[in-house]
Amino acid sequence: MTTVRATPATRSPQAAAPEQELRGRMRPGRWARELGWRHVVGVVAVLYAVFPLVYVVSASLSSSGTLTGSNELFAEVSGANYAGLSATEFWSWMANTLQIGVATAVGTVLMGAAAAYAFSRFRFAGRRSGLTALLIIQMFPQMLAFVAIFLLLISLGEVFPLLGLNSKVALICVYLGGALGVNTFLMYGFFNTVPRELDEAAKIDGATHAQIYWTIILRLVSPILAVVALLSFISTFGEWILARVMLTSEQNWTLAVGLYGWVSSLLEANWGLFAAGAVLSAIPVLALFLFLQKYIVGGLTAGSVKG
Amino acid sequence: MSLVRLRRDEAGTGSGTRAGLVAKLVLMGLVNALGLYGVLAAWQAGSWGIVAAALVLLVAADAVYFSRRALPGKYILPGLVFLLVFQIFVVVYTGYVAFTNYGDGHNSTKEQAVEALLAQNERRVEGSPSSPLTVVASDDGELGFAVVDDAGQVEVGAADEPLEAVEGATVTDGRATEVPGWTVLDRAEVLERQQEVTDLRVPVSDDAAAGSVRTQDARTGYVFEPVLVYDESADTMTDTTTGVVYTPNDDGQFEAADGETLPVGWRVTVGFENFTTAFGDPRYSGPFAKILVWTFAFSLLSVVTTFLLGMFLAMVFNEPRLRGRKVYRTLMILPYAMPGFLAALLWAGMLNTSFGFVNQVLLGGAEVPWLTDPWLARLSVLGVNLWLGFPYMFLVCTGALQSLPGDVYEAARIDGASGWRTWRSITMPLLLVATAPLLISSFAFNFNNVALIKMLTDGGPRFDDASVPLGHTDILISMVYNVSGLDGTAARDYGLASALSIVIFVVVGIVSAVAFRQTRKLEEMV
Repeated sequence: MTTVRATPATRSPQAAAPEQELRGRMRPGRWARELGWRHVVGVVAVLYAVFPLVYVVSASLSSSGTLTGSNELFAEVSGANYAGLSATEFWSWMANTLQIGVATAVGTVLMGAAAAYAFSRFRFAGRRSGLTALLIIQMFPQMLAFVAIFLLLISLGEVFPLLGLNSKVALICVYLGGALGVNTFLMYGFFNTVPRELDEAAKIDGATHAQIYWTIILRLVSPILAVVALLSFISTFGEWILARVMLTSEQNWTLAVGLYGWVSSLLEANWGLFAAGAVLSAIPVLALFLFLQKYIVGGLTAGSVKG
Repeated sequence: MSLVRLRRDEAGTGSGTRAGLVAKLVLMGLVNALGLYGVLAAWQAGSWGIVAAALVLLVAADAVYFSRRALPGKYILPGLVFLLVFQIFVVVYTGYVAFTNYGDGHNSTKEQAVEALLAQNERRVEGSPSSPLTVVASDDGELGFAVVDDAGQVEVGAADEPLEAVEGATVTDGRATEVPGWTVLDRAEVLERQQEVTDLRVPVSDDAAAGSVRTQDARTGYVFEPVLVYDESADTMTDTTTGVVYTPNDDGQFEAADGETLPVGWRVTVGFENFTTAFGDPRYSGPFAKILVWTFAFSLLSVVTTFLLGMFLAMVFNEPRLRGRKVYRTLMILPYAMPGFLAALLWAGMLNTSFGFVNQVLLGGAEVPWLTDPWLARLSVLGVNLWLGFPYMFLVCTGALQSLPGDVYEAARIDGASGWRTWRSITMPLLLVATAPLLISSFAFNFNNVALIKMLTDGGPRFDDASVPLGHTDILISMVYNVSGLDGTAARDYGLASALSIVIFVVVGIVSAVAFRQTRKLEEMV
């Protein structure tokens, strides 16, 4: 988060020199008309986008820990809120969220890629109708059926406690239920861009379909795998309603359920804790996001063109 | 690196497949072991539906993975299993529950309801036998009673284990003092768990009609017998004290001639009753209509505002001569990287009327009721969603803009089109075509954006007139959540909640179908 705050300060001197140079080449009027106003828009947009984040960092460092006490930005810097987190269940929520998110992302990528491979490379009866069915299923988000999921898990839990309510494994399974519907199309489009000649050549060389899949195709489509894993992780990370309904005991909660509990019950008193928790929770997603930024832009637009 | 790896795999084709075979056998062994365990466990629990489902899935898995054919099946099956169970089945099941009165008071089958009624309506029969009683606890802390019957035999039981004779117990002064498998509680321990002890009822036998043993003083047990008697052949309940006869009605409850019903009912199908409640009962239909309109307005306006802002910014920064573009871009997409629930909670604090940052600092101490006035709350929800959503649209539009053909613009410039004209006739339609599927999915996402609503306003401010916990910014899915009663604030009504879910399914389905058809038309036009 510190880099976030530091960048605007370092940007201006860096950007100023080339602007001088440009202005030298262009008349000031033309510069303002063609480029200058864009900088104005940019600064305003960046301020709009960033000020809540600056505020939350400042609130997390304030020692009072209340909403009122957090209004003066960076009036004081103390780690009290961060230290206070260890007296709560925060770290188990963090661990739960990461476990559930990573397991769901890995499962989603494995199952979605396998299905996309089948739809892209094999010709079989029911292929077209299968693709259409997936497109239709995609329109009906799973979480709308949360009541039925809750009831199903009650029955399943009587037989296998691991798949019942209040089990993280069960929640992962439920999330994986949405894996095919949401991601197969995105992947299918990308798989189709890998030339079939590659697998045919490998086949002639004696490779089995499993070897072609694991050693050739999966490597070539790795950008889309990264995108799907990231999107799946992020959506699991922020999913609230299913987690809220299914995870009943506090030490099994995810961050979304736990932090909601803090703020909804005692907003004023818990504000500092929440702010510290929010900063820490945002870090994994933010880091992944900045790290994989170029894949995301590519992946999103690939989806939009081929959807 | 991948080439090296490839060559190695090619050279060792034989060993590759052998390793693959071993992996496959190990995996399938695990699947079969788990599947068989599942079938047996479900069999033991008497859940025939689960037995059938587990058997079908197990046979399908073996058939697909051990046959040489069914090649596509090998790749599709794992995802398909999860899809079938946790998406398709639950949607169908939602459809079933929507036609039942499943919920508080109608939670189970008729047999379970009869048992619960007998157990709940017990009283001590005048002159019923009393027996010396000892409070005991099992290893995991569950309380039980040990009583000594007239013949001096010690019987022990707990809430879900009917009394059963035990051998080898020690009886001192007519009272059990040592029971194998149980720990006898001393006076202090009993006092500590006094409430639990007086609440405990230990069934006399498996038959609920036989009554149960209870105690007031932890020293003497009395047999309590059900006040109600269930007559299986006539299918009626009779109250032995008043003589009133209750017969089952269509709502899944026992009802007396004067219309009085017994509190515990069972699940029955009620036809379209839940739907008529949603649309016809003024307690729900008024809020439902308002919420439906707001849900549409919210999701549509969210898409439009985020798209317009995102597109504007994308066009502003789609200028190669602009210095520092990367920095602007990275900083601007930060809200998108912020998990949505965190942003909503953060804004909920910042928009707080008396202490929030927006009122206190940005507006210099004004007391604008951002989240408590109906219209301002709606505005805030849209504003926060704009903050959350514009970076996504910015990214998407940037990607789409860069793939737009340059020659069209050149032609427009030669024809002397103004900037505005170029935007309206070229950029905008082309962008819409390229991003239409994403706009539709963004609409569908916001239609069900329950986390934002719950965390920012919790649906508030409440409707003045509604007896159900609903408010001005509730959207359909948060209405379903509140009606279902799963958060514990209202009575649980799974039937009505599922019926509302079905309504949402239908609405979302129609909207997506229409939208996709329009997209295709748009594509053909351009």
